[in-house]
Amino acid sequence: MTTPKLELRGVWKAFGDKEVLRDVGLVVDHHDVVCMIGSSGSGKSTLLKCVNLLVPIDDGTILLDGADITASGVNQNRVREAMGIVFQSFNLFPHMNVLDNITLSPRKVHGVPRADAEEKAKGLLERFGLSEKVVEYPDRLSGGEQQRVAVIRALATEPDLMLFDEVTSALDPELVAEVLDVIRGLKDVGMTMVIATHEMGFARDVADQVCFLDQGRILEHGPPKQIFSTPQEPRTQQFLQRIIDAGRL
Amino acid sequence: MNDRSSLDEFDGGPGLLGPPHAPRGREEGTRAALIAFASTVIFIVVALWAILTSNAWPAVQKQFFNWDHFVAVFPEVLGGFWLDIKMFLFAEVVILAFSLMIAMIRSLRGPAFFPLRALAIIFIDLIRGIPVILLILLLGFGVPALQLPGVPKSALFWGLTALIISYSAYTAEVYRAGIESVHESQRMSARSLGLTQGQALRYVIVPQAIRNVIPALLNGFVSLQKDVALVLILGIREAVREADIYAASTFNYTGYIAAALLFLLVSVPVARFTDWYTDRDRRKKQSVST
Repeated sequence: MTTPKLELRGVWKAFGDKEVLRDVGLVVDHHDVVCMIGSSGSGKSTLLKCVNLLVPIDDGTILLDGADITASGVNQNRVREAMGIVFQSFNLFPHMNVLDNITLSPRKVHGVPRADAEEKAKGLLERFGLSEKVVEYPDRLSGGEQQRVAVIRALATEPDLMLFDEVTSALDPELVAEVLDVIRGLKDVGMTMVIATHEMGFARDVADQVCFLDQGRILEHGPPKQIFSTPQEPRTQQFLQRIIDAGRL
Repeated sequence: MNDRSSLDEFDGGPGLLGPPHAPRGREEGTRAALIAFASTVIFIVVALWAILTSNAWPAVQKQFFNWDHFVAVFPEVLGGFWLDIKMFLFAEVVILAFSLMIAMIRSLRGPAFFPLRALAIIFIDLIRGIPVILLILLLGFGVPALQLPGVPKSALFWGLTALIISYSAYTAEVYRAGIESVHESQRMSARSLGLTQGQALRYVIVPQAIRNVIPALLNGFVSLQKDVALVLILGIREAVREADIYAASTFNYTGYIAAALLFLLVSVPVARFTDWYTDRDRRKKQSVST
């Protein structure tokens, strides 16, 4: 049995009195795509931020390639270098152009010479159809373009695990597809990904495993076919029924 | 015949009829400017008349506005003012760098940085709690009197040091406000890319923070540019001190007016520039958000 890429064991997290993650366990194998679904506030975002060590967990363990990254004394910056995260609100650096946004981390954190970092960034921009935007500033880009740049920025450090935190939720509907296509492209090249999303159709297409989160617990998980067609838990059935009623699936 | 230009032609062209709104708006603008101008002139005339016709005016004029004394004292005051300018420029550069360092230390997170953070807070609280002039006196007279080996004894050095320390405490708070005005998500995304706290501050947070507080920093410039004169209490011969010396021997205060004019010559343009910059910045932000 090989070591999974990412494993969560009994993870708990509370903000004040509010428990956001309750005994969460999850195994993500290499090259797997895991989609987290569930209503807002169910803990999807927090889960991803915990994996990226942006939010410290209260209890439990998170293993990356079999190594405990939540143990004390772990260099958090090294851990973060090995994975990329993309947020709902893009969070590009507004005072830097597209190229500088992408090359900041390779240059300053990984010590890549500027010329090499820029060459690689331009390659990525071309691959994702953004070569025209190299010297633009973020406020001159559409939401979809900004989010694609944010994905490229996360990819520029060559992570082998990507986390997506509702990356299409802040986008105009007609811009959603271009971002989802980028993620599909990453699946094709075998990227391991954990994706929190409200796009059920996308989750069904792209996921190897779907987790339904409810009030901080992973209530149900399995292959998309099972979760979307024959959900076992009443809460899952209720959630999916509402999505179907809203015409979103 | 339904477009504007052809209608205008039909009615005798835009010269006669013209677009319906623009001229009226322009006329109103001109009228407002005229009213503003007239009321300003009236105000100045009345104020001057009140001053110039008062019984005390001849005496005041002799003491403060004497042309011969002005000519006599001006070279000395100008020489002193040059020192003011040099002190201001030097101090400002040091303050901008030093206070940024303090603000960054104050913004570090995590228990490991607690001692540094505490030091920064204590420094800011203590220094802001002491009047500038007292700090100048304490350092300017106190430290040289200690006769410590290797420590400079120059009053100018310690006067400037006092100004720098005092202004740095205030400026650090300006920077900190700027740092806190940058949204938390920026810090988070910088950290998620593997940047250390220091790198996130340096490359992501601080550049945005500084842009947000430039008007406040410029405001501090104006304030410091005048406050450098406070070192005169250490006997440093800057502009006001020169005017002082002249007044002591001649009993004429025209030197103060000369000094005031020189300070205004520098501070008014900086104040105007600050307003202009703030305005431009606001308009830029509005144009981005729409």
